[in-house]
Amino acid sequence: MSLLQKLGVSAENLAPEITGKYIGKPISRVDGRAKVTGNAKYAAEFNIGTGILYGYVISSPIAKGKITAVNARQALSQKGVLNVFTHENVPGLAWFDRSYQDQDAPPGGSPFRPLQSDEILFSQQPIALVIAETFELARYASTLVHFEYEVKEELNVGLELNLYKAKKPKKHRFPVPKPRGDAEKALAGSVVKIEEAYYHGYEHHNPMEMFASTVIYGDDDRLTIYDKTQGVLNSQSYVKSVFGLSEDEARVISPFMGGGFGAGLRPQYQLYMAVLASLELKRSVKVVLTRQQMFSFGHRPATLQKISLGASAEGKLQAVINRCYSETSTFEEYTENVVNWSGQMYQCDNVMLDHKLVPLDLFTPLDMRAPGGVTGMYALEVAIDELAVKAGIDPLEFRLLNYAEKDQNLDKPFSSKELRECYRQGAERFGWNKRNPEAGATLEGNNLVGWGVATGCWEANQMPSRAKAMLSADGKLTVSSATADIGTGTYTVMTQVAAETLGVAMEDVLFKLGDSVLPMSPLQGGSWTMATVGSAVKLVCDQLKAKLFKMAKKVENSPFGNSKEEDVVFADRCISLKEDAQQYLTFTEIMRKSKVNYIEEDTTSLPNMLEQNEYSRFTHSAVFVEVKVDQDLGTVHVSRVVNAVAAGRIINTKTSRSQVLGGIVWGISMALHEDTVMDDNFGRFMNTNLAEYHVPVNADINDIDVIFVEEHDDIVNPLGVKGLGEIGIVGVAAAISNAVYHATGKRVRDLPIQLDKLL
Amino acid sequence: MINPREYIEPGSSWPLGHAVPDQPATHTVKLNINGQDVHLKIEPWVSLLDALREYIGLTGTKKGCDHGQCGACTVLVDGKRINSCLTLAVMKQGCEITTIEGLAKGDELHPMQEAFVEHDAYQCGYCTPGQICSAIGLINEGIANTRDEISELMSGNICRCGAYPHILDAIEQVKGVAGHE
Ligand code: FES
Ligand code: FES
Repeated sequence: MSLLQKLGVSAENLAPEITGKYIGKPISRVDGRAKVTGNAKYAAEFNIGTGILYGYVISSPIAKGKITAVNARQALSQKGVLNVFTHENVPGLAWFDRSYQDQDAPPGGSPFRPLQSDEILFSQQPIALVIAETFELARYASTLVHFEYEVKEELNVGLELNLYKAKKPKKHRFPVPKPRGDAEKALAGSVVKIEEAYYHGYEHHNPMEMFASTVIYGDDDRLTIYDKTQGVLNSQSYVKSVFGLSEDEARVISPFMGGGFGAGLRPQYQLYMAVLASLELKRSVKVVLTRQQMFSFGHRPATLQKISLGASAEGKLQAVINRCYSETSTFEEYTENVVNWSGQMYQCDNVMLDHKLVPLDLFTPLDMRAPGGVTGMYALEVAIDELAVKAGIDPLEFRLLNYAEKDQNLDKPFSSKELRECYRQGAERFGWNKRNPEAGATLEGNNLVGWGVATGCWEANQMPSRAKAMLSADGKLTVSSATADIGTGTYTVMTQVAAETLGVAMEDVLFKLGDSVLPMSPLQGGSWTMATVGSAVKLVCDQLKAKLFKMAKKVENSPFGNSKEEDVVFADRCISLKEDAQQYLTFTEIMRKSKVNYIEEDTTSLPNMLEQNEYSRFTHSAVFVEVKVDQDLGTVHVSRVVNAVAAGRIINTKTSRSQVLGGIVWGISMALHEDTVMDDNFGRFMNTNLAEYHVPVNADINDIDVIFVEEHDDIVNPLGVKGLGEIGIVGVAAAISNAVYHATGKRVRDLPIQLDKLL
Repeated sequence: MINPREYIEPGSSWPLGHAVPDQPATHTVKLNINGQDVHLKIEPWVSLLDALREYIGLTGTKKGCDHGQCGACTVLVDGKRINSCLTLAVMKQGCEITTIEGLAKGDELHPMQEAFVEHDAYQCGYCTPGQICSAIGLINEGIANTRDEISELMSGNICRCGAYPHILDAIEQVKGVAGHE
């Protein structure tokens, strides 16, 4: 029987494609024109030429100790320098930790408070803010501020150096499941086993746009804050509680964001600094971080996973053990879901998982694209590959052999899981059945060629959200929610959903986001925006439809006197009878005849937790990779990637493809490029710039193929979408590692795989 | 209520450089930007990038590193692509400077801009003005002929969103059409 037959799914028994006029179509972004003409405005680009003051942040050169003296006299003597804020002159602000806790702050802990103490907790800690009339002057004056320090010698950096300090977190954001079966015993009894450790170091998000906040000080003493953030409401509530402002006194706006990847899930310190200076000076202030300073806050934590797997001679998984160690700061306990995947991805009755934290003298780690997921799935999927090799079974077959039909962590069925079909379609497109089973055996010129596979997985969550919709008599629809578009296509997909639901053209819809005066929406993260805000947009448009139909029934000589909503169609700005399309009323007629200029609805969409809690809800993918490794130089090129993704309904095939593509580029980056290197003596990152912190450039990226596998899911949310922000990256680093092994016969277990590890 | 489209309408006039402390170091610098002369009173160490963004209000040109490492600040000077963060404004007097704002003819987008929209050659859009100016500069150079060559010569423009394959699709499309003319 062929591998594909074994997968047991044929193309025929797939449900028909779900598409509508707009939903499911490759639609160009509604904000595309703004982006290609330079008219899209990002946080640092507002109110230029109106006398805004510039703030320049000074970063600590030491990693641990105390500031013993500050001398800002020389800086202040410069004409045009207005102030130098340091811990010595910053006014008393909110006292309690909880005032500084934003929506993505780790539970408990004491969030970092800039400029409020002489203590230095991490390298590049912001220690002063220089305010001047021009950027050039602020930057120059920053070199004139003198500090004296008392350096604390004993420094805790380097994860592996400090493993002995590991401890269980007080509160894990993703509780680790209790052991099931007896993993140690099952491991001992397994015929095939591996015990290995997998590691990756620190990574920094590095969105192209640096963090920036422009605070406009209004005549009425109110602040309008343009902030780089993944959640305007999060920034607003932080500013409110830290500075004791009311909602009206601090409005936060963010129409565009030059990339987030998780970095904007917590308010970064430039926001605090710009607001502080603005309130103190009663002037408008802009603070933009430098690229170097983009390495001075949250990052993906260095993580070590010690994994033991055992299987029977036939390749049935019998034991899974994952003991994980990841870093946190000395002041907060950052946790992410690293190990739970090990208990969920494959059918196995004996599982033991553990996750401990090692506090280091660094800033608190921060969610970075697929936090925990990329880390946990990287290690697990490499370990599974190693086990398959030991068992002498094709790694794809091995995965099918141990396919999880239900989520054993939660003991629940999956709401949907088309992973088998991902494997099948991906394998077919990639040509997996032509794979040479032997490692290090395929030569092409001077390159060793290797093929690898890995599985990807990410949560499909829905959160509560509000949305508002207003239809005016001219047929224009305005829908709004305080969500974000960090490059994900939110403007576009929400416009599609609204237009589709109400039966108007996309050109007649305006979707507003990124403003704290708009209806509540959660942070943009976790791949939940489409599910969350999309559901709210659909709901509010459905309610608007009902309202409009009710009005239509009441107008004089209404053709809908006895009809129900199911009997009519909303299309082309009209309501018409299904039976007889000639019987219709335009939206404009309905409103004119009812003597209203517009109708409005405001609603809250809540996930149906009762139903959702019965199921385990995840997105899945299968990643196939070809690498070429130069025999002499050890350089690795990813020549081909096929990523087959089952993520429920796809709203926009064009922007979705971009999202997954971007995720794959991130996966390649994680596997081969990205690494923030720590100087263990000084506790300082050494490569804090884009020349030395490598991310892929155009020439590093070759052929990438994205497949969206049909998947129907009525449980996850009313739209049946699962989100795509993270799934594209998960599994890629493992597939590359496995391909590198297949090419060279060398197993590298720490990322990134740089050439020295292959020589 | 704020209308996001407010931010995306092109400004009708450029605010001229705001008050700079009258330091002896400031000079009057005359720049020709997108066919228009602009007079600035700035210090000689103001980069072309900061002159555009902070003094003239042409914020379409982006700052991604300020160190010549990312390409976000790419503009065209006499048709050649340069990193405006590595150039002082005062050095470019008498040159023709073209920024992303100067590419469209009224409502009609430059073919490269059209192609970027059509191929979704971006996500967040922050690297996009630099990519587009760089791509136009690349075509002007006339050296890159294959997809691989374009890829190599576009490698000075980082896109953290990873839109590279779509960026190549867009450039190839424009090059293809241009090549047939
Ligand atoms: S800002 Fe000029 S190259 Fe990065
Ligand atoms: S589109 Fe976001 S960096 Fe290129």
